Amino acid sequence: MAEIVSLADAVAAAIHDGDAVAMEGFTHLIPFAAGHEVIRQGRHDLTLIRMTPDVIYDQLIGAGCASKLVFSWGGNPGAGSLHRFRDAIENGWPAPLETEEHSHAGMVNRYVAGASGIPFAVLRGYAGTGLEGLPGLNGQPAVRRVTCPFTGESLAAVAALRPDVAVIHAQRADRTGNVQLWGITGVQKEAVLAARRSIVTVEEIVAELIPQPGAIVLPGWTVGYVAPVPGGAHPSYALGYSSRDNDYYVAWTAISRDRERFRQWLATEVLAA
Amino acid sequence: MSTPGYTLDEMMTSCAARALRDGMTCFVGIGLPSVAANLARATHAPGLVLIYESGTIGAKPGWLPLSIGDGVLAETADTVVSVPEIFNYWLQPGRIDAGFLGAGQIDRFANINTTVIGAQYTGPKVRLPGAGGASEIAACCREVIVVARQSPRSFVDRVDFVTSVGYGSGPGDRERLGLTGAGPRRVITDLGVLEPDPVTCELTLTGLYPGVSIDQVRAQTGWELAVAPSPAVLPAPAPAELAALRALHAAAPGL
Repeated sequence: MAEIVSLADAVAAAIHDGDAVAMEGFTHLIPFAAGHEVIRQGRHDLTLIRMTPDVIYDQLIGAGCASKLVFSWGGNPGAGSLHRFRDAIENGWPAPLETEEHSHAGMVNRYVAGASGIPFAVLRGYAGTGLEGLPGLNGQPAVRRVTCPFTGESLAAVAALRPDVAVIHAQRADRTGNVQLWGITGVQKEAVLAARRSIVTVEEIVAELIPQPGAIVLPGWTVGYVAPVPGGAHPSYALGYSSRDNDYYVAWTAISRDRERFRQWLATEVLAA
Repeated sequence: MSTPGYTLDEMMTSCAARALRDGMTCFVGIGLPSVAANLARATHAPGLVLIYESGTIGAKPGWLPLSIGDGVLAETADTVVSVPEIFNYWLQPGRIDAGFLGAGQIDRFANINTTVIGAQYTGPKVRLPGAGGASEIAACCREVIVVARQSPRSFVDRVDFVTSVGYGSGPGDRERLGLTGAGPRRVITDLGVLEPDPVTCELTLTGLYPGVSIDQVRAQTGWELAVAPSPAVLPAPAPAELAALRALHAAAPGL
């Protein structure tokens, strides 16, 4: 059964140095506040997993929390480059960053396999791309081919993702930790079910979850920790509670481009917060 | 030459919008493709079904979203599905008519690179965002339309890294790789339109914007560009298209 705790307690209990951590949220419901708490608690040597390591992972990478990254699209959506991510890959600053790179279709299927408790997923994908030849974090090919036992067709196979911890943000939870999210729900359900532990930050804790069109509910017994963090997705958003702060994303480019400016941002906006 | 009253970017966007037909289903990338797809929906193709990889199917935004997951896309969609579902049930089976992609680098056979610039994957000269949904969009949509500004650095003989397969190294490669869609049918640039030659699959200049010369396009292409016998001069954006495009750019988020 989910424990309802503070964000600081949830991060302290669930995320350890060296863990593989998946913070998911596809543009919507990105758990920024939890990311900042990970930075404040000084976690390091994390393997960060995320389809779109956008501004949230730019911040964690720049802060020196990560040694590895598994991803499928590393940009600032609609606003340009992630300069901390690029600085780590191009120049090894603040530390070298090993990467394992996929397509979105490959990443989602890796989560689906993890949530399904099977060792790999198959998809029609990767054929002819340079991604198929790249090594994974273990040095072995990250994508392999399998032959369909029924038709003989060649398909791509990708290994299941089993993160140590999944971290997501949702609109609401009730007092027993049942979690409800709606709008663009991304791959969060799969990430939580694939992970060994999980943290869900929520806009609010309510007495009763009122049904919402298109909502998914994660029963409390599938969730580790629930922490109330209103606005915890900012500058991303929570449909029904807030709008995407597009100005923040646009302004991030200039902060991220310069190491010193990034350090100042980190000191004032995260470490002092 | 007199000033035409529109920019080459506006010409490119309206040309890209015209490539979409009313009633089509279209998987839209962010940036130029999203602008063009929204222009098409605001003008000649009100029934265009916009699908974004965030899982929003049939989105009808009243302004240009900054990301593929802005709230307006979810709020105006016919349905919102999970990201595993959008890739597995909607894109993978070849249900979607057109994939609309941008390109960091594109080559003679319309292969696209959005991963790394430079010969080395490890320690690249420039790290680009990566594949996102593009690899499978390029593989599985019935056809692909690419929109990209042209320069000798971005239109290269061979891409440094194949993120999304166009025609591989030439005829027969898509079939050999088992790619189910037809591949890029049109590359719309800020100078004109390139289409794959039906025999060689090599991108060939088939259309020019008013006032643009073949030599200008050649100068912005990093390979010996094939040119159709008499490339069409494509019509300038109509006043209504320009007005709709400028209104889209001016529209502020709100309801």
